[in-house]
Amino acid sequence: MIEIKNLVKSFPDRCVLDDISADIKEGELFSVIGPSGIGKSTFIKCLIRLLRPDSGRIIVDGQDIASMTNEFALAKVRRSFGYLFQEGALFDSLTVLENVAFGLKYLTDIPGSEYPRVVKEKLALVGLKDVEHLKPAELSVGMKKRVSLARSVAAEPKYMLYDEPTTGLDPVTTGMVKDLILDMREKLKITSIVVTHDLNLALEISSRVAMLYAGEFVEVSEPSRFRQSEHKGVKEFMEISHLSRK
Amino acid sequence: MKHPILQEIGRDFIGITEALGSAALLLRSVFFWFFRSGFEAGEIVKQAVKIGVDSLAVTALTSFFTGMVLALQMGSSMRNLFNEPMFIGTMVAFSMLKELGPVMTSIVVAGRAGAVVTAEIGTMQVTEQIDALYTLGTNPTRYLLVPRYIAFMVMLPLLTVFADFLGVVGGCLVGIVKLGVSPSVYLEDILTYLDIADFMHGFLKTFVFAFMIATVSCYKGLSTKGGAEGVGKATTEAVVASMVLVMVLDYFISALLVAVGI
Repeated sequence: MIEIKNLVKSFPDRCVLDDISADIKEGELFSVIGPSGIGKSTFIKCLIRLLRPDSGRIIVDGQDIASMTNEFALAKVRRSFGYLFQEGALFDSLTVLENVAFGLKYLTDIPGSEYPRVVKEKLALVGLKDVEHLKPAELSVGMKKRVSLARSVAAEPKYMLYDEPTTGLDPVTTGMVKDLILDMREKLKITSIVVTHDLNLALEISSRVAMLYAGEFVEVSEPSRFRQSEHKGVKEFMEISHLSRK
Repeated sequence: MKHPILQEIGRDFIGITEALGSAALLLRSVFFWFFRSGFEAGEIVKQAVKIGVDSLAVTALTSFFTGMVLALQMGSSMRNLFNEPMFIGTMVAFSMLKELGPVMTSIVVAGRAGAVVTAEIGTMQVTEQIDALYTLGTNPTRYLLVPRYIAFMVMLPLLTVFADFLGVVGGCLVGIVKLGVSPSVYLEDILTYLDIADFMHGFLKTFVFAFMIATVSCYKGLSTKGGAEGVGKATTEAVVASMVLVMVLDYFISALLVAVGI
């Protein structure tokens, strides 16, 4: 379980997260929505301490990582997480095989001789085959995202963080990524946190949706209740996204 | 009242102080990971090839022609003064070993390998690959910086020895072809007037240059912001800073080494 208590994060020009609190339960698919530049990526990066919050607590399975200073302890907590980056963040100099095996080397005790088999399995999980020898530059945007997802789940994390998983994808690939997120949750029992500006996606796949507006979670509820929210920010966002409140 | 010029000076001062602080934190992290965990042998070899082996051809060309031009200039000056090209071997070897070998090789490495390191790390920074390293169970300093520091510290001194040798050979070639100096006289001039301290003077400097180039390149790479334009800017800044610092440090290290008798 992840407990977020009074999370605050500012940059020199503005306060991005202002006293945010939420509990993310085991097995849940929790989405954070909001327009681009509102602080969603900042939020998700704080969760895994890629960014250090100014104040507040982030308790992951009983350990507060917001105040953690020991690099090794932090790395240990990070092992519970998989992270799908917005642009994939695949290592350009490595092949698909090496990219997916990267986490296996540092996060698991699987012997090196097993990597090709495990990588093949993980790639199959995201619907890819015979791409092991390719470099990221030879992949399409959608394939990059799927390879990145295979790399993130290779070490079988307990929590999965998705940063704008459908940005820049065509409708077909978006549908594929949506199914993959649901698959990861169902097949691997991974607790998932998705940050996206794609309200349609969030309402379709999430168990709960949180709206980030002016640095706060102004609405946190199940999709059906979220649609009925009376908050000005939610209503505006629904209208911009051309979604019916029903 | 706030004066715009004072504000500008203040901003620059804060910027320099912040950069120095960040570089100090980076060094602390490099030392921490250098002593705390096993090395990435594969990465070290890969970087040694990129930094050292790939710089061989440029180093060979620059040092060989530097040795040649030194012999030519000194030979003609000596001929004008004494009617004979005297001590060509001594002067070429002395200049190459103590100054030109280490300084020119460092400049070549800063311009070629330093730029590659900054551009590579900078691109990784702006495309979140550095963040990805954290999420995949390793530390960027351990995986990226330590192997590059080791590669610079090993390969730059080796390249310098190679450059010293080729410079002396280039000088010898001009001595024979253009100045009529026999190879035995050229070699005797070197062996009579130079000793191991002269070689060490230049050789020791390269470790300081290597450390500085690694620090500037890695620091600039990690502090890259703003996409492709940012990568270009960081790379240019890293190369310029490294080249200027090679020259500046050269004077101070030379002064120190002379003071201690090397």
